[in-house]
Amino acid sequence: MTNMEKYKEAFKEALEIDDSALTDELAFDSIPEWDSVGHMRLMASIEDAFDIMFETEDIMDFGTFGKGKEILQKYDVEL
Amino acid sequence: MIFDQLEKFGDTTALIEESGKAWSFNQLVAEADNIASLMEKRSLAFLLCRNCVSAVTAYVGALRHGMVPLLLNGEIQDELLEHLLKAYHPKYLWMEVGRKASIGKVLYSDGNYQLWDTGEEKYPINDDLAVLLSTSGSTGSPKLVRQSYKNIMANTLSIAKYLSLTSDDRAITTMPMYYTYGLSIIQTQLFAGGSIVLTEASMFARVFWELLKKYEVTNFGGVPYTYEMLKRMRFGRMDLPSLRFITQAGGKLAADISAEFAKVCDDKGIKFITMYGACEATARMAYLPWEYAQDKAGSIGIAIPEGRLALMDDRGAEITASDIDGELIYYGDNVTLGYTECQDDLSKGDENHGVLHTGDIARRDGDGFYYITGRKKRFLKLFGNRVSLDAVEAYLKSQGYLSCACAGADDKLVVYTTEDINTKELCLRLGEFTHLHSSAFAVVKVEEIPRNSSGKILYESLKGLGM
Repeated sequence: MTNMEKYKEAFKEALEIDDSALTDELAFDSIPEWDSVGHMRLMASIEDAFDIMFETEDIMDFGTFGKGKEILQKYDVEL
Repeated sequence: MIFDQLEKFGDTTALIEESGKAWSFNQLVAEADNIASLMEKRSLAFLLCRNCVSAVTAYVGALRHGMVPLLLNGEIQDELLEHLLKAYHPKYLWMEVGRKASIGKVLYSDGNYQLWDTGEEKYPINDDLAVLLSTSGSTGSPKLVRQSYKNIMANTLSIAKYLSLTSDDRAITTMPMYYTYGLSIIQTQLFAGGSIVLTEASMFARVFWELLKKYEVTNFGGVPYTYEMLKRMRFGRMDLPSLRFITQAGGKLAADISAEFAKVCDDKGIKFITMYGACEATARMAYLPWEYAQDKAGSIGIAIPEGRLALMDDRGAEITASDIDGELIYYGDNVTLGYTECQDDLSKGDENHGVLHTGDIARRDGDGFYYITGRKKRFLKLFGNRVSLDAVEAYLKSQGYLSCACAGADDKLVVYTTEDINTKELCLRLGEFTHLHSSAFAVVKVEEIPRNSSGKILYESLKGLGM
């Protein structure tokens, strides 16, 4: 699996959503699945997928599907 | 009444909005009295609550002037609201501008909220009744808890005492106002002359932490799930010098996480206070004094000031020995009057007489600290919300899922079924029904639902199946 596939898979699994929902604009609190509970699962799922641990700041900044890709670069994950 | 003397705090700050706009006690009281002046005493009003100034002022006004408010989720669906309107026929509705009542006329607007007169007749309401609250979160059940003026006063005094609240304290909202724990924080802060930052921002949002720091918040509360979020955010690394104490209630936090927070808080000079309560006891029944947070992690502590806890065995006798399980019984003036299911119940007086059978199974250690070990009743706490397993089963049946049984643990309700069903769809529907995230639910396929000879489902045997 490529990193991009892993990234998408983490979203689909944590938020229980389909591929079609995954656009760069998909944002925290914009769909019922991505509320605080969903965010918690999503962070865990991405940390597991790439074996990283997010900084507090990044958990707060991780506001969209697109922004998340930028954040992952800081952890040397190339998408 | 707890809000009768709010004027004495004068120009000190009572409420702070996200925008930074501050309301003094004088301003809060003036607006609260203004709204209340438009309502008849001893009439019922539905307050659709957001964590905003409009909701707080109407609540304060209603309590100061003898209207009885039912606090509801500001985002309640029309259908559920309609259901409650039919069961209770309130004379007034206080809700956000833009939301339309099916009947009646607007008496007043503060710009954000409108007061509707439904045209319903006033009907007899017991003199002691102060507030109605829902126990079930937002499933729209007409079953409500009746809280009296005495209940609220007693609980507020106890809480203010064990938290040593002063006018220097400032809370930030971390849960909805219509939820008993959230409401309790608001009313104890105001009673003590402290203030509240009103927000609905998630702890995962930067704005929450900006507000907390900017306004030098001294305390907040959280359900177990809140603490799991804080752990993930590495609360231990955050620099939050204004925090004096944080409280945890609304369900049992795993003992190891509780111990971890106790340690982290101790290092930071923050008091970590685990508490125990229920809507049926106004809010609080027990608390773990912060000095014991590490040594007694996982314990709900001791009874709040003026309250008493006891354990009862199956025959109804009080258990005096330590380390023996029994049903946790609470005695105190904050034990509410009882339940109500329809308007006729509002004329009823006190049915509990200061004694609450909590339905929780607990034991007491040799030092007198209580630990919850199980539950007598069939309900779970999902993200701090009490969800009846029987209600979920009944809902599933009504939706055509005939062979289902519900069990599980806090934060994970498991539906056991012999049918081949679409797991995702079912979880989403349960999410909608309970207004909770669908990840709180799981489906497990089993060969057979275990039953005893009389056909009763053996829930304990279910738990080991199919996992």
